[in-house]
Order: sequence, then structure tokens, then C-alpha cells
Amino acid sequence: MIHVEGLTKYYGDLCAVNQIDLDIPKGEIMGLLGPNGAGKTTTLRMLTGFLRPTSGSIRVKEFTAQEEPLEIKKLIGYLPESAPLYQDMLVYDYLSYVADIRQLKKDRKQSRIEQLADLCGIREVMHRPIGELSKGYKQRVGLAHSMMSDPEILIVDEATSGLDPNQIVEIRDIIRRIGKEKTVILSTHILSEAEATCDRIVIINRGKIVADGSTETLIRSASGDFFIHSSLQGAQFDSVKSELGSIDGVLDIAPRKKDREEDDALDIKITCRADGDIREKIYRKIKETDWVLLELHRETKTLENIFRELTREN
Amino acid sequence: MRQATIICRKEFKSYFVSPIAYIVISIFLLVTGWFFFSVFFLYDQASLRNFFQLLPLIFSFVVPAITMRLFSEELNVGSYEILLTLPVTFWDVVLGKFLAGVGFLVCMLIPTISYPITVSFLGQLDWGPVLGGYMGAILLGGAFTAIGLFASSLTRNQITSFIIAVAICFALTVIDRTLFFLPRSALGFISYLGTDFHFQNISKGIVDSRDILYFLSVSFVALYGARLVMQEKS
Repeated sequence: MIHVEGLTKYYGDLCAVNQIDLDIPKGEIMGLLGPNGAGKTTTLRMLTGFLRPTSGSIRVKEFTAQEEPLEIKKLIGYLPESAPLYQDMLVYDYLSYVADIRQLKKDRKQSRIEQLADLCGIREVMHRPIGELSKGYKQRVGLAHSMMSDPEILIVDEATSGLDPNQIVEIRDIIRRIGKEKTVILSTHILSEAEATCDRIVIINRGKIVADGSTETLIRSASGDFFIHSSLQGAQFDSVKSELGSIDGVLDIAPRKKDREEDDALDIKITCRADGDIREKIYRKIKETDWVLLELHRETKTLENIFRELTREN
Repeated sequence: MRQATIICRKEFKSYFVSPIAYIVISIFLLVTGWFFFSVFFLYDQASLRNFFQLLPLIFSFVVPAITMRLFSEELNVGSYEILLTLPVTFWDVVLGKFLAGVGFLVCMLIPTISYPITVSFLGQLDWGPVLGGYMGAILLGGAFTAIGLFASSLTRNQITSFIIAVAICFALTVIDRTLFFLPRSALGFISYLGTDFHFQNISKGIVDSRDILYFLSVSFVALYGARLVMQEKS
């Protein structure tokens, strides 16, 4: 559906987006993640045709951005960050204007506006000026605007920033509903949101793609080794190291700084190979000794860990 | 072109949603009415010459007030981004906004028709120059609107855009009054650049294709400039 190759954008000397390659098939909800200033918005702006790339190519279906930008714009519905709509227009007037620009047929226009009003829950504010609406309603009007022509591709930048938790859930539901039939690209820096809504996650940092895949594959691929934390009473570090070190799958054992001061337990961190869970083996080994096991848990990597690992400033 | 009409209609409507439209129209009528009628009886002539002589100067302040929001507001609010991701071309946007500005200008001129009507009751009014004057006013207003639109595309601050537009329009208006500073050889050329020279020709009732061409080319250059600025921004 969307094919991006070597996409690069310079603002003067500053490289905002650096050689991005992307392939987005039809019917996928893709989340674009990244810290502030990573190039998310710039990438989206180039996809929507608002900015011209410094180099690289964008192809949507059979159209290229250089030659037929208008055809691409017809296929894409776009909602920029914080929904910058005309403040003094009435919601209905605005949607009707968008319908005209999107060249909806007269007989379809009215029914489409009503349909969107129901889908986005803006029926009760149809005759109020956009400038007077709360942020949540503005966002919904923005969504209605972007879906006016029933576009095949929906691009949403920071859909839920500044909304309250209820509104966030509602907007997400709307996006997921749309995502069943359409290709959706959304950018966010809220990780749980990407995890909850997206089929595929692309993490960019400093204008480069640093990870690309489904949530599970990202977690699996990035984790490599994982850690087991344990707390043992009545044990010496040396003997623990020699006893547990003999278990197959244990790569390293290190003492860990204590969280609690009150007990004299030994806290350790065991680095394990990625394949299989060896907690059972560790438990059996400890059972053979006279140490008292206070704690044994595995550190599960979340998207958050991966995100921080990949985008940390070095 | 269809897209330009839709944008034009939307821009034109939004003029009358905000109070600015009514304020500008009121001020324009007050100022022209005062300057025209305060000396009208002294001249004791049934003509609108005074009114039309004033127009370039008044327009160079009023028209920028009309055009300043056209792009600046969109750039400031961010709706510019939405506008350009709709299936429209740069020309659609520029032309739509330009035509809306000219439309508003015509609305502003309509109430002034009461001046010639009043005058025609007082004496023998020659309608030829009046018609020419209105045609010239629309051409002049169009050129200034294009300049204002260009100024508006440069900045997100409406005040800045107003000042830039006033500076250009005012300079074009008074340029031929500064001629005595200049060498003789440049006289013809410089006076040809000024709007006043061309406008006064038309408002005397002399419709010369050179004058019309002048206003059209100023409009075109300014609109093209606005288009280039838009392209540069992307």
C-alpha cells in the first residue's frame, strides 16, 4: 500500500529524518514511536505530502509523491497533532466544507456527515464553533474530518495527547474500529497506547528506524538474555556463585545492591540465556542447600524497556 | 478550479463571521465619506473625482487589513497543514483566497454607490468616469489584495503581515510623488511603476489597456510570489 525508500529530510543543516525505508501493507495499524524530536511528525508530514522530502521516494498504491501528489492526498486522511482546525467555523460548516473539498457527491454528503457524527460522537456539538469545543471534542471533529472521504489510509499524529483517560479509550476504540478495514498510521510517545492499538510498531530515534515489528517480536528480538532476581538468606556469595553457576543456562551471577536494609539476605542477579525458563532448576538447586529462599522472580522486558534501550542518549 | 471556488466560498463566509469585516467596512465608509463630502461643496462640482483620488491612499491601509489574516491566521493556528493535505494545489489555495479578498473588497465598495447617487441629485453627474472609477477601484483593490496575500504568506503574525503589505502598497501609491528627487531619464519608468498614475487614468474615464495590464501584472506577480512562498515552506 505504502512504500517508502530512503526518505530523508533536512531542515537547513539539521537532519530530521535519515534514510527511512518502510513498507506498509493494506489493513495494518502501524504505530510510529519515538522520543520527542525523533522525526515522527516530519515523517508523517512527508507521507501526507505537506513537506517535500530532501531525498528518497514515497509511493502510495501506484502513485508517486513527486508526480501525482494530488492523487495521494485523495487516498489519505490526515489529522495533525492537536487538531488545528478553523476556530471560528461551526462544526457542521467545517465538515460540509471538507466534504466539498473532498468532492463528495451532494446526495452522499449529508448522510456521510451524519454517519461520522455518530461514529465520532459529535452530534451534540454540530452547531457550535470549533474554537469553543473542549480538546476531546476537537480531536473527534478532527477525526471526523480525516475520515470524510472514507480514505484508504488514515494518518493520525499524537491522537490522544492531552485527553483524559475516558477520551483516550474512546478515541482508541474509534481508531481500532477503523483499522479493521483501513491502513492506519499513528504516531505516539505513549507506549501502552501503541501496544494496545497497533499490529506493528516502528521505533525511530534521531530520524532513523531502530526497531520494526509486532509487539511480541520486538520484545523477543530485543531481549536476548534475561535476568532472574533472587534473594537468599544465610548464603555466602562465593558458594552461591559456584552452586548456581553450574546450572546449564546460567551465564553470570552478580551481587545486587540491597533494596532493604533490615535483613541480612543476599540479593543476586542471575543472567540467563534467552531459551527456556530455568527458574525451576534454580529452585531445586537451592532446595538442596540450607539457604532460605526469600525471593525469586524473572524480569520481563516490556516495550518500555526496549524503547528506553533503543532510544537512550549515549 | 472547483477547489479554488470552494476555498473562496469558505474564506468569503468566514470574513462575515468575525467582527473584523464590519469594522473595516465601517471605517472605510467613515473615512471616505468624511474626506469626500467635507470638501465636496467647496469644489462645487458634481463629480466623484475627489473620492477616486483618495482611494489609492485609503486602499493601501484598508486592503492590508482585509488580507492580513488570509494566510497568517492559518499558519498561526496550524490549519495550514490540514489545508495542504487536502487534495488541493498551491494555485487553488492562492486563487481561492485572492478571490475571496476581492469579493470582500467589492462588498466594501457597494455602499459607496450611494455617493454618486447622492451627487446625481445635486447636479449633472457624468456617469462615465464613475463607472471607470469603480472598475479602476476593483483593479487597484485586486492588485493590493494580491500584495496583501503575498505579505500574509510570509509570516504567521497578522500585524507583521499588515505592516509589510501597507509598506508595499503605500510605496507603490506615493512613488510618483517622489519623482522630483530622481533624474529625468528615470521619470517615465518610475511613474509607470506607481499605481496612482494608472489608477487616475482609469478614474478619469480613460480605459487604456496598458493600465489594465499594469494592475493585472502586479496582481499576477504578487500571487506568484505567494505561491512560491508556499512551495518554499513545504
